[in-house]
This record gives sequence, structure tokens and C-alpha cells, in this order.
Amino acid sequence: MTTEEKYVAAVYLVVFVVLLAYVFIIGLKLQRLERELAELTQLALRKKEEPERKAVAVG
Amino acid sequence: MAAAIALIFFYAPLDEDGLNQKIFYFHVPIAFTAYACFGWGGWKALRHLWKRDEDADLESYVAIHLGVIFGLLTLVTGSIWARYRWGHWWVWSEDQLVLFLVLFLFYCAYFMLRFSLPPGPQRANLSAVYALFGVALIPVSILAIRLSQRFIHPIAFDKGGPNMAGSQFFTFCVAVLAMFAVAATLYHLELAGKRLDVRLRELREALQ
Repeated sequence: MTTEEKYVAAVYLVVFVVLLAYVFIIGLKLQRLERELAELTQLALRKKEEPERKAVAVG
Repeated sequence: MAAAIALIFFYAPLDEDGLNQKIFYFHVPIAFTAYACFGWGGWKALRHLWKRDEDADLESYVAIHLGVIFGLLTLVTGSIWARYRWGHWWVWSEDQLVLFLVLFLFYCAYFMLRFSLPPGPQRANLSAVYALFGVALIPVSILAIRLSQRFIHPIAFDKGGPNMAGSQFFTFCVAVLAMFAVAATLYHLELAGKRLDVRLRELREALQ
């Protein structure tokens, strides 16, 4: 590989790595949001069940 | 992007710059994308101040965030090119390089301002005003090459049009479109994530 080829390869590699890192970070963030959404769904379901349980206990 | 890379390496002819000229097809579109992101961020900032559009603040922030990333890539790819062509990583006497660095640092400081304030209308307004000031630097940075006295930096476009063959110009246009498409995709992806984050926070507050 000539010096010129190394410089050209370096440029394309830098761009590729930076964009890949950016996509990876967004991917990690979306994973976190997915976990939070699952947590909130559980919380909402528990809240929904709570008044029903109370009604059964009284009866 | 694949089409742009194929055109760059298999279609566009080499000129007197040799293989090193292939860097131009990535470096300049990345710089244009950075300018476009900063410009879009400024436009959204103006919309925030003008129409009181709350969503525009988030859009402006995401556009500037992307602009800084593309700005960093412009500086890095330009430095690699300069190291081979000029034998230096950086030339302080070159106006265009220094003005682009000033523009980049100006927008880096945007994040310091934004995150030094608590979330709310004050932060959104100050960030929007700051983003609008930055827009004034964009034409100065683009035109700096014409203001420069030394003309070390190559001039790809002048009053007569592009300084390149038709096939090179076509490849360059495809590369610009590809880079804009990448930036637009990342912009929408990050914006969707940020909006989801805000909605989830609101939902958590409502449920607790």
C-alpha cells in the first residue's frame, strides 16, 4: 500500500467509524428507551389492576 | 452512499492531484452537510423565536449536534488531506481553515450554554438566539477562500462554475446527495429518540 493510498483509506475509515459510532450510540439509547417503556407499561398495568382488586376485596 | 463510493472509485477519473483527490469527494460533501445542519439549526431556532414552536427548539438542537459531528469530520478529513498534500496537519495562515475552526468551536460552545441552564423557556430562547448568531458565520466561512490572500486551499468552484470534468462533477453531486441523505436519516433517528425520551418522562411523571 502506498502512502497516498494509506491517507485515502484513513479518511474513508475515519468517516465510517465516526458514523458507525454515532449509530451505535443512538442504538444504545433506543435500547434504554425500550427498557423504560417496558417498565412504564408494567407500572401502568399494576395501577390499572389496583382498583379492581380493592373492589373484589370489599365484596 | 454505496453508489457514491462506487462512482468515486470506479467512475470518476484521477486528475493531477492523483489518488489523493478521492478525499475531495468525501471532505467537501461533509463540509456542505455541516453547513446545511448549522443552517437548518438556525432556521429552526428562528422558528422557535418567531412562531413560539416548542418542538423547533429540540429540532434546532439535534441539527446543531449533527452539524458539530460533521464539522469534526470535516476538520479531520481535511487535516489528513493537508498532511499528504502540504506536509502539515494544520496551516494557521489559511483563513478558510481557521474560520471553519471558529465556526466549529462556536457551535461546540452552544452545548456549554445549553447545558449550563435548567430546561425551560429561558434555555430554549437563549439557545435559539445563540444558534442564530452562528448562522452569520456560515457565509463568512464559505467565502473565506475568496478573501484569502494565499490561496493554498484548492478552489473547486468559481464564477465560471465547477473546476472539474463533467464526470467528476456528477460524482461529486452524488456524493453530496448521499451525505445529505445520511445526515437526514441520522437527524430523524435522533429526533425520534429525543421525542420518545421526552414523552416517556412525561408518562413517568403522570404515573407516579
